[in-house]
Amino acid sequence: MSSPHEDIHSEEFLHKMMRRQLRLSIWCGVTFCIALLGMPLLNYFLPEVMATEVWGFSLTWLILGVLFFPFVWIISLVFIRRSIAMEKKVGDDYAN
Amino acid sequence: MQIDPWIVALSLVTVIVTIGMGFWTAKHSKSASDFFVAGRSVSVGWNASAISGEYLSAASFMGIAGMVMKVGYDALWYPVCYACGYLFLLLFIAGPLRRFGAYTIPDFAEGRFDSPMFRKIAVIFVLFIGFFYTMPQMKGAGTTLAYIFPGLPYWAGVVVVGVIITFNVALGGMKGITLIQAFQCWMKMFAISAPIFVVMAFYGTYGQNLSINLPANAAKPLPAHVERVKLPEKAPADKKWVSPFGSLTTKAAAAAGLSPAEQKPYSLLYTYSLIIALVCGTAGLPHILVRFYTNPDGMAAKRTTMWVMILIGVFYVFPPMFGVIGRNLLPELYSAVGAKGTDKIVLELPLLLNHKVPGLGSILSGLTCAGAFAAFMSTFSGLLVSMTGALAHDVYGRMLRPQSTSHQRLIAFKVSAVLIGVVAVVLGMQVEPLEINFMVGQAFAIAAASYFPLLFMSVWWRGMTIKGAATGMLTGGTLALLGITLTSVCDIVLITSQKNGTPNPLQFVQDFWLAHPGIRILCEQPAIWTVPLALTLMIVISKLTRKEIPADVRMKMLVLHAPEQLGLKQEYIQEQQAPAH
Repeated sequence: MSSPHEDIHSEEFLHKMMRRQLRLSIWCGVTFCIALLGMPLLNYFLPEVMATEVWGFSLTWLILGVLFFPFVWIISLVFIRRSIAMEKKVGDDYAN
Repeated sequence: MQIDPWIVALSLVTVIVTIGMGFWTAKHSKSASDFFVAGRSVSVGWNASAISGEYLSAASFMGIAGMVMKVGYDALWYPVCYACGYLFLLLFIAGPLRRFGAYTIPDFAEGRFDSPMFRKIAVIFVLFIGFFYTMPQMKGAGTTLAYIFPGLPYWAGVVVVGVIITFNVALGGMKGITLIQAFQCWMKMFAISAPIFVVMAFYGTYGQNLSINLPANAAKPLPAHVERVKLPEKAPADKKWVSPFGSLTTKAAAAAGLSPAEQKPYSLLYTYSLIIALVCGTAGLPHILVRFYTNPDGMAAKRTTMWVMILIGVFYVFPPMFGVIGRNLLPELYSAVGAKGTDKIVLELPLLLNHKVPGLGSILSGLTCAGAFAAFMSTFSGLLVSMTGALAHDVYGRMLRPQSTSHQRLIAFKVSAVLIGVVAVVLGMQVEPLEINFMVGQAFAIAAASYFPLLFMSVWWRGMTIKGAATGMLTGGTLALLGITLTSVCDIVLITSQKNGTPNPLQFVQDFWLAHPGIRILCEQPAIWTVPLALTLMIVISKLTRKEIPADVRMKMLVLHAPEQLGLKQEYIQEQQAPAH
């Protein structure tokens, strides 16, 4: 087997690292897209439910105008934490 | 309406502080690196504040509130997607882009594909997107100054603000505006939140004010503190305003005479296209992307993105509150157009507090005016730096005079700033009839169809070739640009001819759209077809020209993706590298 220093320039290393990064990004991206793209569909097919009054807001207004922001913060926090941990592990494995 | 001394004073303080900071930072901006990427030394906190300061434009500060007041629920997609678009940037682009270490996006385009020709194509889109984004900032400037100084023509505000910002950017470049934008971010946060809390203390909460617009509450008495002025004829009815698929997304289908049930599929099409434009467009805005190069490394770029999302997410909760309460208290704005219409609700709503506590409304209105100044000044500064960078660094320093010294490029930066500033002012004077937020959305649609596919594919797909990238970006971006320009020009001509009582020279286009509302939507909001088209072309053409994949693509991918700890990061442009790459 080649040395760790040579490994980081190998096709296998690049492929494995990009696949890990992309898998994490896609997982977070799909979660976000399902929620975002699902909202118009819910408005379209379940208008009465989405018009339910909650604290003076219609449900759809409350979700879109207020609750969507913290939801996205949670996704980004999960992504950052996992991304940092993943890159640290790769760095530790190959830097030494 | 008289000139209010509080409003004038607070606005003036904002302008003076901005200019003063420009002078102060100019002393510390010496090198070309300082001017283009702030010496690549900006910390996460500063950069997140500066990016947020730059991003929270006139559209965010004034336009969203105005649009929510005008069209209701449909406008909520704008703040949500403006903020959430950063997630795409975080997930797919921010870290790798910073690791590549360029000064500008055209640098990245050239470096990734080893093609100076591609730099030229990329520069064109920096300028197109920049000018489209600049126009609504100018509208914000004209509207705000016309509000502060009643009787002042719209164009005068555009000229005054344009001159001040151009001067500031020419003085301090990127390093200069980083401090200013960070300061302006926090100022905007305070200016959008503090007045609305006071307004709610006297006129009822966000939820109470919204609830009286829900059809189920029509017959109920108003909640405590809540007041409501009778809506004029031009205002949308409560049900249409508060429900999804309202007047923004059904405009084309309603104009074509379709029934409400027939309008809904068109509305869904419009909504999805708008979402794609805003989310993908955020990840493709050159003046925002260029700021990620000012981070020390890729991980700092990711952390910065997350903090930006939190800052702007908090901010975007507030503008719709102005729109909702403004609908109940200042419905007369529905009857006005241009600088006197709903776009000024953020400025005017706090003034009502003068009826409750004399002087309080003036102070808070002065505060929102100062916030508006900060909004269009910071965004215009960032756009000017980005476009000036494209002209001075990419066109002059790389294409026209590759042997130029660092000092000559600095002079070129200052001259380019003035040139771009003049063009931006002239364009800004033409767009008074268009809504601020709508225009910004269109800049996003062009970015979504050009830079987003380029960056996303270049970062994640090794098989991309220069021909594939260029074909996709040019075709997607140009078609989006054409569709958007066509609808905007037609709208301006229509509004002008209606105002002057003259025949509309583009009536045949209007007639075509009335017969084909779907095509009108696809031209006005083209992202739903231009983004997939650009991506498809990139894949197909790259497959057909796979022999032209850059020979060192593996190394480039390693630079983009390997953690900094491995020491593979490079600075594509290095200050010491003489005289140019």
